Amino acid sequence: MARSRGPAVTAQTAPAGAADSPLLGLLGGFITELRRAGLPVSLTEHLDAMEAVGHVPLDDREAFKFALAATLVKHHAHWQAFETVFEVYFSLRGAEYEPSGDAWADDVDPSEVLDPRPEGKGGGEPLSDEDLARLLFAALLRGDQAQLRAVGWRAVQRYAGMEPGRPVGGTYYLYRTLRNLGLEDLLERLLDTVRDEAGRPLTPLEERLERDEMESRIDQLRQEVEAEIRRRLVADRGTEAMARTLRKPLPEDVEFMHATREEMEALRKAIDPLTRKLAARLSRRRRHTRRGVLDFRRTIRQSLSYGGVPAEPRFRYKRPSKPEIMVIADISGSVAAFARFTLHLVYAISSHFSKVRSFVFIDGLDEVTNLFETSDDITEAVHRVNTSADVVWVDGHSDYGHALGVFWERYGASVGPKTTVMVLGDARNNYHASGSWVMRELHRKARRVFWLNPEPRSYWDTGDSIMGEYSTHCDGTFEVRTLRHLERFVEKTF
Amino acid sequence: MVHRFAGVGAVREGLDGVQYLADEGIAGVVYLADRLAKPVLVEGPAGTGKTQLAKSVAEMCGARLIRLQCYEGIDEAKALYEWNYKKQLLRIQAESHTWDEVSDDIFSEEFLLTRPLLEAIRATDPVVLLVDEVDRVEVETEALLLEILSDYQVSIPELGTVEATQIPLVFLTSNNTRELSEALKRRCLYLYIDYPDLDREREIVLTKVPDISQSLADEVTRIVRSVRQLELKKSPSVSETLDWARTLVLLGVEHVDAETAAETVHTLLKYRSDIEKALKEFSTGDARSSGLPR
Repeated sequence: MARSRGPAVTAQTAPAGAADSPLLGLLGGFITELRRAGLPVSLTEHLDAMEAVGHVPLDDREAFKFALAATLVKHHAHWQAFETVFEVYFSLRGAEYEPSGDAWADDVDPSEVLDPRPEGKGGGEPLSDEDLARLLFAALLRGDQAQLRAVGWRAVQRYAGMEPGRPVGGTYYLYRTLRNLGLEDLLERLLDTVRDEAGRPLTPLEERLERDEMESRIDQLRQEVEAEIRRRLVADRGTEAMARTLRKPLPEDVEFMHATREEMEALRKAIDPLTRKLAARLSRRRRHTRRGVLDFRRTIRQSLSYGGVPAEPRFRYKRPSKPEIMVIADISGSVAAFARFTLHLVYAISSHFSKVRSFVFIDGLDEVTNLFETSDDITEAVHRVNTSADVVWVDGHSDYGHALGVFWERYGASVGPKTTVMVLGDARNNYHASGSWVMRELHRKARRVFWLNPEPRSYWDTGDSIMGEYSTHCDGTFEVRTLRHLERFVEKTF
Repeated sequence: MVHRFAGVGAVREGLDGVQYLADEGIAGVVYLADRLAKPVLVEGPAGTGKTQLAKSVAEMCGARLIRLQCYEGIDEAKALYEWNYKKQLLRIQAESHTWDEVSDDIFSEEFLLTRPLLEAIRATDPVVLLVDEVDRVEVETEALLLEILSDYQVSIPELGTVEATQIPLVFLTSNNTRELSEALKRRCLYLYIDYPDLDREREIVLTKVPDISQSLADEVTRIVRSVRQLELKKSPSVSETLDWARTLVLLGVEHVDAETAAETVHTLLKYRSDIEKALKEFSTGDARSSGLPR
């Protein structure tokens, strides 16, 4: 891990205890930014952080970081947000990044950093692109961290084409740098070299291990490049502006409909702990509300053995309600992610329901219950829903009217007074017939009907959304844009 | 107040000495816990050494470890203190004093049964208090801990407030089955112990498994890292890595190939679907086509 010595944390050298210390000011700004990013930092924690940094040597960046983390971040999911803000606020002034001072010019030669060079060329003359590529290759092959960092620094300087004041996001620079380094076929080339060195064909297991190792090294390079770009951007635009651009929502606040690939990854990681937590909470609540009202008849009956004195009161225990769940989910492109997460969640807590049946549709409808029942891996099953369900009828655009009609025709008979129906979708019907009579019938027959919509409430009934028409036949409609909303819905309803 | 540790480095070396390999973060937080006199809340996946950390710190400081295992339904009488009811009865029956004398007498220290939390507060020798799996207690009971954690004192209505003679190091562990209250979190330093990175895990294997060769340890940890990248029900923990390494050493394996891995993988993974998935991933040459997250 990167560990900088020297006047690392800040240029200021004032002791942390001094009231007007610039460090305290910086810390204040840092914490304000954390709050803006969504971390709940209380005043006590702010004070703790200030006391904590007084106890660690300021020139030890790692120790400083962990002191702040231990006092300010009380939730593991917030770590990433913390790290981003930390990098922005406390990274640029390190001694080892000194060369970035005149980094805009391309004629600085970092040969002393790039040493040892395989060809043994003398320092002083600028590196050619091929040299750089060769250096990169060697660094990756050996897993040499220092050299990786040096190459990353050099690559950004050469390829990113960064200019002061240019209003472009960091991802653009990242893309440019990485494209010029040719990372795509790098992995295969590295593996080929490893194979050659082994002098014999690798077993699948070895091959797999080598691949994972190389991928982690390439990932490290990517991080180095990203860090370098961020450092330069901070130097150019100032801390606060940069923090604002980099600010990302916490995983539980990411919207299903607009999540990027990385955010999806974070969501997927977040859903397992969430379901575990929900399941624990639901079963705890079940156990605690067990005692019901006095059962008069049984108390009197019991009192006969005490000569008519009601010595042992009897209570009517509430039977935990175990509803039968029917999930009807729209899995067309725009709302697919939302449907996946909700199905995942419902099945993860399925022990709280007597039965769960699930149906997916686009313009045709198909039952997918058996996919979940035959596999004990929910992720796998959710994955298979997308590939094996037969949901297209005409053109593969959402048609709620037709899908609901099919549902009623085929499965309507199995909806009963114990059934809770959950419809998942944005109710954007592409101007087809609404089929809202099915909802009316469902509402009449089922115990409860809920509609979960991944769009913000203000978008409902705009364009081709006919949410209003359906919602009159629902016991509740919910705006479920994020994991947090989903969690709240489950907790409130079951 | 006397500090226990001179610096982060000292903590780290001390923990090394009792065979607990701490990384920068762990050592840093333990050091701060001592300096700021604050409890540490430790979270992380199961089997990454959360409880072991408290034990090792106790061993390092030569302190007595007082452990409170939490469970659902734990209450004051089990966590803090309890009046020795039987002894009180005997006292009342034994002599015929006046009521005033007796009533003062039976609520004295002699009749107090200390439970772990009070014991840690009253100890005069160095102690480390471990509150294990604190997420298992109900939200209401959690409040019991607050007074101890922030002020290191316990209020007993009949006796008054018992204050700590020395401030013990306190560790709380949580498996994150529920969100702990803000009030509790605010009073603690937070430490998340994740799966160790490759180098640290290899060091751990080398320290904890005697007679293992450098190359085998390397292979084991690399395989475990790859396994953790799969989407499994339960990723292998550090203790499972150690179990696997020990198994391999006992079997006299020098080099792990696909067959040995297949035969012994049940020490590493505990779900059938996980085992199947891992075997499938590692026996086919082109594993990349599967639905792995990248």
